[in-house]
Amino acid sequence: MKRRTIALTVAAATLAAAGCAGMKAGDDGAAFKKMMQSSFSDKGIAKVDRLVQDEGQAACSSDQPPTEAVARRIEAQALATMQWPAGGNYIGDWKAGEKLAQSGKGMTWSDNSVDPATNGGNCYNCHQITSAEISYGTIGPSLWNYGKLRGVKNLNDPAAAPVIQYTWGKIWNSKAYAACSNMPRFGDHKLLNQDQIRDLMALLLDPNSPVNQ
Amino acid sequence: MRQAIPLAAAAVLALAAAPAAWAQAKSAAEGIAEYREMLADGNPAELYEAKGEEVWKTPDGPNKVSLEKCDLGKGPGVVKGVFVELPRYFADTGRMQDLESRLVTCMVTLQGFKAEDIVNDAFRKDEKGDVEAMATWIAGQSRGMRFNLPQGHAQERDFYDMGKKAFFYRGGTHDFSCASCHGQDGKRIRLQDLPNLTGNPGDGIGFAAWPAYRVGNGQMWGMQHRLNDCYRQQRFPYPGYISEVTIALATYMGVNAKGALSVAPALKR
Repeated sequence: MKRRTIALTVAAATLAAAGCAGMKAGDDGAAFKKMMQSSFSDKGIAKVDRLVQDEGQAACSSDQPPTEAVARRIEAQALATMQWPAGGNYIGDWKAGEKLAQSGKGMTWSDNSVDPATNGGNCYNCHQITSAEISYGTIGPSLWNYGKLRGVKNLNDPAAAPVIQYTWGKIWNSKAYAACSNMPRFGDHKLLNQDQIRDLMALLLDPNSPVNQ
Repeated sequence: MRQAIPLAAAAVLALAAAPAAWAQAKSAAEGIAEYREMLADGNPAELYEAKGEEVWKTPDGPNKVSLEKCDLGKGPGVVKGVFVELPRYFADTGRMQDLESRLVTCMVTLQGFKAEDIVNDAFRKDEKGDVEAMATWIAGQSRGMRFNLPQGHAQERDFYDMGKKAFFYRGGTHDFSCASCHGQDGKRIRLQDLPNLTGNPGDGIGFAAWPAYRVGNGQMWGMQHRLNDCYRQQRFPYPGYISEVTIALATYMGVNAKGALSVAPALKR
């Protein structure tokens, strides 16, 4: 009980500091804070501290986008904290990547572990990826022929390096390239580990992946 | 079965005219539409409507009385037309209430149940299951009517505003808000169409479809259960049953759906 109280105090402070984008003038958001605090409770791995917003979440929490200045600051901060892969090794196994892309598992109150190794990538929920999987979502852009369309013929060719790096960055922390992207920050938020992201990279970029046939 | 021949013809045309992937997608979508149509001939929600009517009329609880004097907004015992005007402000409780919240109030004040016991029941079980069955029946009593939530009371307008804030509130491990999935037209998760709930998504869609029987898992879900599972998939902490945030979201979606025809209880994937 004690831990929850502390977390909620932090949440309240964050809400107040962020000024809750979209709020009416003169409204300090006290009623909204109270509503959120009284409505949610811990369940399993999903604790109430998940309601605590960082600057980016707060800035992207209304029907109006943040100002250009705020958006650029969020993107710059995300880029500055990016973790590039150990040993410069970007590419794993596309077959393992396809399995991850299919799985939507992880991080709900009905999941048991916060270990990224137990999570899926949720990719097909929002993206078309291989042409064989017809059950795909459309919230994100189609990724079919992702590497081919970007001219990646040889992963070791220096000309492929910029798109490889961008793709890693987009999966690790999508907010580096679009402050209010709908895409989760898979690496930055420890939803997937580096090995898993390497496998997804291979699915998208390996010339032998079915994505690029 | 009348549809079988046109469907086969369409599939042949599609195969001849288009890449294989497109043809598969087309026939899969048509197959699902056909499946839904077959099921719509007999929506299992009817069984829950029958149960709900019986629960409403049967004396129960420590006080051994029925709920037939329960006031759902249009006077004691009136069930027709109440669903398309909820959530609304109730003067006797001084609160905004949706249908399930109001039924719990009546079970407490008339029958003598304890609210926390019902709140803590599992979905579809015990007294909470009774609330959901009654909500299914009462929703059915407004079938074909149009949503018209009142916005005259200050709390009704405040809850709309707070519901809107909650709808766009990003949080959790995945940065999701309700708007991540339900803020644009024409989007899908996998093959599931996502209604845009920031406006009126149309007759019988979104707020105007729940309670609904879910074919995929064979379960009858009320709007409270629907919102609860949305928050689970958003990776949020647990929203309490009939908690303020759920009532505020329902007010936001319900007011946005003004003029939409209610088809609840609907049949869902």
